[in-house]
Amino acid sequence: MAQFGSLERKKGGGVSELVGWLGRLFLAIAIPLLAFAVIYYGFIWLRDSNAPKWLTAAVAIVWGVGGVAVLYWVFNGLVERLPDEWTERLQPFVFVGPAMAILIWYLALPSVRTFYLSLFGRDGPPDVGFFQTFTSDAFVGFQNYIAVFSERLLTEALRNNLMWIVFGSTLSVALGLVVATLADRSRFERTAKSLIFLPMAISFVGAGVIWNFMYDIRPVGQPQIGLLNAILTSVGASPVAWDKWVAIQPWNNLFLIVIVIWLQAGYAMVLFSAALKGIPEEILEASRVDGATEIQIFTRIMIPYIMGTIITVWTTVVIFTLKIFDVVWVMTGGQFGTHVIATQFYRQSFTARNSGYGSAIAIVLLVTVIPVMIYNLRQFRQQEAF
Amino acid sequence: MKKRKWTGPLFINGVLALLVIIWSIPTIGLFVSSFRTRFDIQTSGWWNILPHREWQTVSTVNPQELGLDPDGVMEVEGVTGTFEELREGVQSPEGDTRVTWLGNKRLGRIEVQERVWTVTWDFSLDNYKQVLLGASVEITNPDGSVEAAPGQDMSQAFLNSVAVSIPSTLIPILIAAFAAYGFAWMAFPGRRLLFILVVGLLVVPLQIALVPILRDYNSLGLNGTFLAVWLAHTGFGLALATYLLFNYVSTLPRETLESAFIDGASHFTVFTRLVLPLSVPALASFAIFQFLWVWNDYLVALTFLGVDPTYKVLTQRLADLTGTFGNQWHLLTAGAFVTMILPLVVFFALQRYFVRGLLAGSVKG
Repeated sequence: MAQFGSLERKKGGGVSELVGWLGRLFLAIAIPLLAFAVIYYGFIWLRDSNAPKWLTAAVAIVWGVGGVAVLYWVFNGLVERLPDEWTERLQPFVFVGPAMAILIWYLALPSVRTFYLSLFGRDGPPDVGFFQTFTSDAFVGFQNYIAVFSERLLTEALRNNLMWIVFGSTLSVALGLVVATLADRSRFERTAKSLIFLPMAISFVGAGVIWNFMYDIRPVGQPQIGLLNAILTSVGASPVAWDKWVAIQPWNNLFLIVIVIWLQAGYAMVLFSAALKGIPEEILEASRVDGATEIQIFTRIMIPYIMGTIITVWTTVVIFTLKIFDVVWVMTGGQFGTHVIATQFYRQSFTARNSGYGSAIAIVLLVTVIPVMIYNLRQFRQQEAF
Repeated sequence: MKKRKWTGPLFINGVLALLVIIWSIPTIGLFVSSFRTRFDIQTSGWWNILPHREWQTVSTVNPQELGLDPDGVMEVEGVTGTFEELREGVQSPEGDTRVTWLGNKRLGRIEVQERVWTVTWDFSLDNYKQVLLGASVEITNPDGSVEAAPGQDMSQAFLNSVAVSIPSTLIPILIAAFAAYGFAWMAFPGRRLLFILVVGLLVVPLQIALVPILRDYNSLGLNGTFLAVWLAHTGFGLALATYLLFNYVSTLPRETLESAFIDGASHFTVFTRLVLPLSVPALASFAIFQFLWVWNDYLVALTFLGVDPTYKVLTQRLADLTGTFGNQWHLLTAGAFVTMILPLVVFFALQRYFVRGLLAGSVKG
C-alpha cells in the first residue's frame, strides 16, 4: 500500500496540530451538512413547484447527484488553495470524512441510541436531562429484554426465526450446491444458471404476490386457480391454505421459507459455481483414474475444496434470513403464527408505537450478527495490506 | 470410466431441466396471468393456455320431444341412466361424451357435451391499463358490456421508484469512491481505525437505525420526502460500497498512479482522471447491485416515505394492492409485473457485472 502524503510529512507544533484537527472535524461535518442543505432547499423548491412529475423527478435526480459532486469539488478546491502542508493534512478528510460522517450518523450512533431507547418504556425517555432520565419512571432497565424472551408473541418470533435459519439457509445452500454441480457438467449451463438466478432480481413484495398466486385457495367445488391446490384437487385431495394453514402450525412457516429458498438458491449457486471452476482439473482426473465414483469425488474432493465458500455463503444467507421482513409482512402480516423478529420489530416500533420493545428487538437482532462482525474484523486484521 | 454411468448427460440434464422448470413456473404463471382477462383469471387456472381437454356443449335437447320418461331409465345419445344419475352427469363408456340433465323433472333440458382439445387464449392489455393509468379505465366484460373501473396509477409510482433509485445508487457510489481512494492512497492519522469501523458496520442490520433516524427526520421535517430515502439508502449502503471499492482501488497498479504524481497531478486530478475511469468495472458491479436493492426495497420506503400516495414507490403500491385487493388477481399479476420489469431488464442486460459484484462480496448487512 502506498501513502504518498507521508513521504513529505513534517512535524507540526502543538497549536498547528490542534488547528489541523479542528479543520478535519470541520470538513467531515461541513461537507455533509452543506450538501444536505443544498439538496434540501432545492428539493423543497422542487416539491412545491407545479412542473410535470417526470420533469420534477429528472431535476431531482440531477440536483441530488450533482449537488454532492459539486460539493466535493468546491471543498477540494478550498483545501488545495491552502499552504501545501495544510492541503496535505486536510485533503484526506475531504475524501474520507463525508463517508465516515454518514456512516456514523446512520449506523454507528443509532446502535447506541437504540440501545438507550431499549432501556425505557413504550414512550421512550422523558424530556429531562440525560442523567435524570435514568432516575425517571420511564426507565425500566432490562425489562424489555425480559419481555422479548418471555412474551408469547415475541418468543414465537424467535422460534420462527430459528426455523428460517435452520431450513431456509440450509436448503438454499444445498440446492445452490446441487445446481452448481449439475450445471457444471451440462451443455446448458448458462441458460440453466440464468433461470435459477432470475428470482434474485425480483423484489420480496413481488415474490410475495407470485407465491400468493401459487398458494391461492378456493372453496371446494370451485375451480382452483392456484397451481398447488389445482394439483392437490386433481389427485382427489382437498385444497389447503399453505402459508395460512393454521392446523399445521408452526410448519406453515415452511411455505414462507420456500419463497426465500426460491430467491436465494441462485445466489448460492453463482458463488459455488465460481468456486467449483477453481478446482484444478488434474485433481479430479487423478481421482477418476484411481477409480473414485462421482459421489466420492463430490463428497471427498469438491466439498472440502470449496468449504471456505460454503461457510461464507451460509453465513451470508443466515444473516439475510435473520432480517427477513418483506415476505412475511406481505404474505401473512405475521398472522397464523408466522411473525419473525423483523416483523415484530416493525409492529412494535411503528404499529404499536412501543419504542422500548421495538428497540430491544432491534438490539437482539444486532447481537445475533455480532459473531459475524467479529469474524469479519479478525479476517481483516489478518490482511497484511492495511 | 464405467462408474460414471449414472451421471450421464441425460441424467444431469434431466434433473437440471426439472429444477429449472420448477424454478420458472411461479414467474411464468404470473406473467401469463397478467395478460388474461379478469374473467378468465377468476374462473380457470393460467395453465389452461396450454392445450387441454374441456367439456364443450354440442347440443341441448328437450326430453319431452324425445319422448323420455323421467321416472324410468332413459337412453340418450348412447348413454343410459335414471333421472338422478343424469342430474349428476353420465359419461359414455368411451368417456368422450357427457349427458347432463339440467333443471327439474318437468321443465328440464338435457345437455350433450363432448370432450374436445382446446386452449383458453383470450389475452388483453386491460389489466395493465387498469394498473398503470390514473384515471378511470373502461373494461370490457366477457359478455361485451363495458364497465368503468378506477385506475391504480402505478405509472406515478414507477416514476417515484426511478426518482428514488437513481440518486440512491449514484450518491453512495460517489461518496464511497472518494472514501475508498482516501483509504487506499492517502496517509492520515486514524486511517486504520476508521476503516475498522467500516468493516465492523458491514453486517449491522438496518433495523437498528430506523427509529433513531426517523426521530431525526421528524425534527428536520424530512419525513415523506425522496431526500430522506436517498440519504437513508446512502447510509445503509455506504459501508459495503466503501469496502468493495477499497478492495478494488487498492489493487490498481502503483506505477500508473506514481507517475501521475511525479508529473505534478493532485490527488483530486488522479482520482477523477485516473482512478474513476480505471474502476468502472467495480463501480458498475456495485451500481447494479445497489440499484436492484433500492428498487426492490420495501422496508426503508415504508418507514421513511410514509403514507402519501403521490410519493409511494412501486413496492409500496404493490403491497397496498395485495392488502386491499387480495383476490383481484388481474390487478395483482399486472402490478407485480410492472414492478419487476425494470430489474429484469437490468438483470438480463448486465448479468455479468452483477455476478462479478456478487463474487466480490456484494452482500448487504
